[in-house]
Amino acid sequence: MTETRKAPGRGLKRLAILTALTLGTAYGLVFFWTPNEADQGFVQKIFYLHVPMAIVTLGGFILGGIFGFLQLRSGDRKWDLRSYVAIHLSLMLAVGTLITGSIWARASWGHWWVWDEPVLVSFLIVFLLYACYQPLRFSIEDADKQARYASVFAVVAGAFVPLNFAAVRLAQAYTHPRVLGGAQNSMPGSMQLTFLLAIIGMTLLYITLWKFEITSKTTRMQLASIKRRLDSDATGSPA
Amino acid sequence: MPALPLDTAGRYVAAAYLVFMLILIIYVAIMASRLTRIQKDITVIDEMLKTRDEHAAKAPPLTPESAQQ
Repeated sequence: MTETRKAPGRGLKRLAILTALTLGTAYGLVFFWTPNEADQGFVQKIFYLHVPMAIVTLGGFILGGIFGFLQLRSGDRKWDLRSYVAIHLSLMLAVGTLITGSIWARASWGHWWVWDEPVLVSFLIVFLLYACYQPLRFSIEDADKQARYASVFAVVAGAFVPLNFAAVRLAQAYTHPRVLGGAQNSMPGSMQLTFLLAIIGMTLLYITLWKFEITSKTTRMQLASIKRRLDSDATGSPA
Repeated sequence: MPALPLDTAGRYVAAAYLVFMLILIIYVAIMASRLTRIQKDITVIDEMLKTRDEHAAKAPPLTPESAQQ
């Protein structure tokens, strides 16, 4: 009896369609339904892009840490691949978060960057921390060592992310717009709904890209394995 | 700081959303180049399989005598 393995790309098409629909609806609502914010005006529309991106970025880093932990516990390298892709995607979104945040800061505060703002600086620290992940990972040649060291990094850095977030919340920034959890700045229903949809859309986008990249990498590995087997068949040596 | 007029604010908002689009496009372009590499690998494997089939077709048929030898 042949064992049927689950294809890594299963459900990717449906997921991609759902992502496109959710993100499309969310940003449609941003521009055609939600009112302009009284204080910041039209510029506040950046919020629906910047904040979900930041939340998903930090969530992705934590996810990378969880996968890293599972790799260390089981020794299965599939968890390392999952951790690597999660962190790699989060890094990409982190660049977007920093740039869009900088644009929003310029429009709202008149400065591209404010060094005494804990939210901005702490996010930059997290970004710079994770910027070390790839050089560290690819400086190790041995595959098992690479997976182990990268997982340790992912776990330690992943634990740092919520701690850093909590520290910033406790610090109570004086300039950064406090839009979540603050009684003074509570959003009207239409804004809340749109924001929630934008977060769901961004999360779905992250999952879709993660699944897409995992599928691509797994396919390449499978092809390399088939090639090796064919090579060994041709030369008569074991693969 | 007072709210910016729509024409100025619009430029900042457009820039932010364009950055997001650009990141997605760059990512898709990178993934497309990887897909091309997968396609190349499949072509190589296809060639290898063809060569193997040709060798198998050229080899003399296996008889009980040859199998015993």
